[in-house]
Amino acid sequence: MAGTLDFSPDDRYNAFITTCRQAPFSDGALAGTAVAVKDNISTAGIRTTCASRILESYVPPYDAYVVGLLRKAGAAIVGKTNMDEFGMGTTTETSAFGPTRNPADPSRVPGGSSGGSAAAVAADLVPMALGTDTGGSIRCPAAFCGIVGLKPTYGRVSRYGLVAYANSLEQIGPMTRTVEDASRLMSVIAKYDPRDSTMLDRPYDHRPSADIAGLRIGIPEEYFGEGVDPRVAETVRNAIAVLEGLGAETVTVSIPGMRHALAAYYVICTSEASSNLARFDGVRYGPAVDTRKTWHEAYQDLREEKFGTEVRRRVMLGTFALSAGYAGRYYAKAQVARRNIMQDFERALRDADIIAGPTMPTVAFRLGEKTDPLSMYLSDILTVPANLAGIPAISVPCGRIDGLPVGLQLMGRQFEDERVVDAAYAYEQEVRA
Amino acid sequence: MKTIVGLEIHVQLATTTKLFCGCSTDYRDDEPNTHCCPVCLGLPGALPRLNKRAVEYGLRVAKALDMKVPEESEFARKNYFYPDLPKAYQITQYDKPLAVEGTVEIEDDEGHEKIVRITRVHLEEDPGRLVHVAGGSKYSLVDYNRSGIPLLEIVTEPDMRSPQEARRFLNKLRTVLEYLGVFDGDREGALRVDANISLEGSERVEVKNISSYKGVEKALTFEVTRQKNLLRRGQKVTRETRHFMEGRGITSSARGKEEEHDYRYFPEPDLRPLRVAGWVAEIDLPELPVARKNRFMAQFGISLNHARTLTGDPKLADFYEEIAHVDPVLAATWVADTLLGELNYRDMSIAAVPADRIAELLELLKEETITDAAGVQVLREMLDACARGRPCERPVAIVEREGLARATGGEFTQIVQAVIAANPQAVEDYRTGKKGALNFLVGQVMKETRGRADPRELGRIVSECLEIGGV
Repeated sequence: MAGTLDFSPDDRYNAFITTCRQAPFSDGALAGTAVAVKDNISTAGIRTTCASRILESYVPPYDAYVVGLLRKAGAAIVGKTNMDEFGMGTTTETSAFGPTRNPADPSRVPGGSSGGSAAAVAADLVPMALGTDTGGSIRCPAAFCGIVGLKPTYGRVSRYGLVAYANSLEQIGPMTRTVEDASRLMSVIAKYDPRDSTMLDRPYDHRPSADIAGLRIGIPEEYFGEGVDPRVAETVRNAIAVLEGLGAETVTVSIPGMRHALAAYYVICTSEASSNLARFDGVRYGPAVDTRKTWHEAYQDLREEKFGTEVRRRVMLGTFALSAGYAGRYYAKAQVARRNIMQDFERALRDADIIAGPTMPTVAFRLGEKTDPLSMYLSDILTVPANLAGIPAISVPCGRIDGLPVGLQLMGRQFEDERVVDAAYAYEQEVRA
Repeated sequence: MKTIVGLEIHVQLATTTKLFCGCSTDYRDDEPNTHCCPVCLGLPGALPRLNKRAVEYGLRVAKALDMKVPEESEFARKNYFYPDLPKAYQITQYDKPLAVEGTVEIEDDEGHEKIVRITRVHLEEDPGRLVHVAGGSKYSLVDYNRSGIPLLEIVTEPDMRSPQEARRFLNKLRTVLEYLGVFDGDREGALRVDANISLEGSERVEVKNISSYKGVEKALTFEVTRQKNLLRRGQKVTRETRHFMEGRGITSSARGKEEEHDYRYFPEPDLRPLRVAGWVAEIDLPELPVARKNRFMAQFGISLNHARTLTGDPKLADFYEEIAHVDPVLAATWVADTLLGELNYRDMSIAAVPADRIAELLELLKEETITDAAGVQVLREMLDACARGRPCERPVAIVEREGLARATGGEFTQIVQAVIAANPQAVEDYRTGKKGALNFLVGQVMKETRGRADPRELGRIVSECLEIGGV
């Protein structure tokens, strides 16, 4: 039943950077299913911009491993979704192609950085999309738009072809309307790829089960403390109560390393980003550099012109954090803080099978509301720990406040993605019924 | 004033594929940018995948140089902008190299054995290559065929005391690498050297971009002279990086523009730490030059000099072993002295010489079917044929065709008489006691007889004729 899918969506939320009006597909588990792909995942023959001017006309000659798997499973790749430039943002407002709006309330941001993928799913333009999550970029927009988003265990999905922002933190993952679909998409993309040396051969092949009797849910106080909107905290506590009603138990756990999580996260991701983005210098990407200038000058001018403010800020931060005389104070300390958080989660996940809390401390912001970068960074506090620890984390819709969606975040042990999917599935089945 | 030299040597490992992708390393005769893929082009999203063979080659070197292989080593990113560096960082090893603390034994300038300590060896990727278009063009071209070729960087302690020692060290190191089968010295650009040189008590100068063994000695000799002259004039040696201009034989200051980089090293997040200490025990090393040299002396009864020469190149040593059965000492003399000289003269490789034919030639010499002089003639004919790609005739056939079979002195009495008659001055000199005159007359006879007679025998005949009163 191979064929071509006609795709001409009413993209009123600016979810897509590129759409493929005629999307071919083949036989397989996802035969004929429209799948949107975040625009930092390489697609052979379809431009891949990372929402940046510098890659505006870059057409990769190869498919990311996950894209190949999608095609093999019969999916129709219908377009490339909007995002924060190179994934650097929490609102999809840093895109060079304009912000995406939240289908739940178009005056609000969809979250980021996978805001285009979330909006495309929430607006029913596609049933499934791929996002990427470096510090919450799948879960935040899933929570803000009211859909399901899974950040897999680090090393479970191949990063081959994902334009790197922060290699040691990020994973590609599914964004869907239901947990069942997230699990289906995960089964397609989580296959071993020897080209990604940071992977383990632990394929995901799972049908979600709603039976969670006896599941021990850890509740970290840090996830309900300062900075978390009390209404969000209450909504999430109610959702956890639903899980208890299904036979789960709750235990109190603690992640003391959370105090340093944001600082560690921003040092590590900007350090890696400063190195990853250095290749975009106008020699091979972007318009040709002005050869009348010295090459250092030419690079500098082009990068200043083609990178957005947030990207330049993070590249400068990361360059500073790695530089001689400072690397010990910043990069090395961030690694220590990261190890502490990993150990905190390991300890907590001995007392509990999964950990639950809000995905985001608040509901979706208004467009343009967050003008101060630091307050924007603070909103990542509940999502970055899972990236630092490399553990799986899912966001599942758990209610609304003033009509705006709230996400329940469930985190598990490394390579126990199945368990967080099951818990989310149990919740979803219960509240839907 | 003591000269202090330390070297950083980059050798291309002779793997068939690149360090982090499956592209072929055999690019030298091919068009630019034909041995490339997303990985070695540094395309966004591509990831490195470590070539196991390159690691194994590195460990072979580590084992041969008696180095320690730490439990864990690690790749790191060295960040800098340069148009030939497609990712704007080089994947290399920084504070956790593959192996540390080794030794290489060389001869010092007095002929005594000495140890050069090896600080570390590590793996890294070669960048691409810039091609500058002649004629003041506004652009340069980039060829990424070289990008991702595995390099082994070998760093020594500052243990060498002269440019000659540095050259001997490099020769020794190259021989070891060739024995290990990890390096092909015939590949253009397969070896590059940066040298640190200082005069005791003065600042150190780094000379970059030396791409040949001879170049190292030349560059360092130039630096010693330059630095001594500075001090003699009462000036100071400045700590700096200088480039070697091979064509002019001089070094020139890089003038600070490429100095004092902050490379912002950090662990490569796309590769896991390397835990390969356990492999070392499983690596079987071939017989190394020193062991082979000692065995040659013991097994074949040949001299130290011959053994050293023959084992200086594994291909030459193999060749010798193939023909030694005829007569080990004769074979050593002919290969180390005669054949090697003839090959150098023709710029030929030993690989082009058929061992069975040389063995046949040695048989003829051993049986005294031909003289040494005739042997050289036969050898030259054979090599000339090989060099032109023609089939190599059997030496017996050449002897037959050219009539080079050894003749007994009696056959030459007439020629001897004629030579004596034609050189009355030499005969007179001989009679007045100038012994050199005899050699001259024998040489004349040899020339007339095209080396078919044994010179000793001829000498006897010539002197007999002269004593008898001759003509």
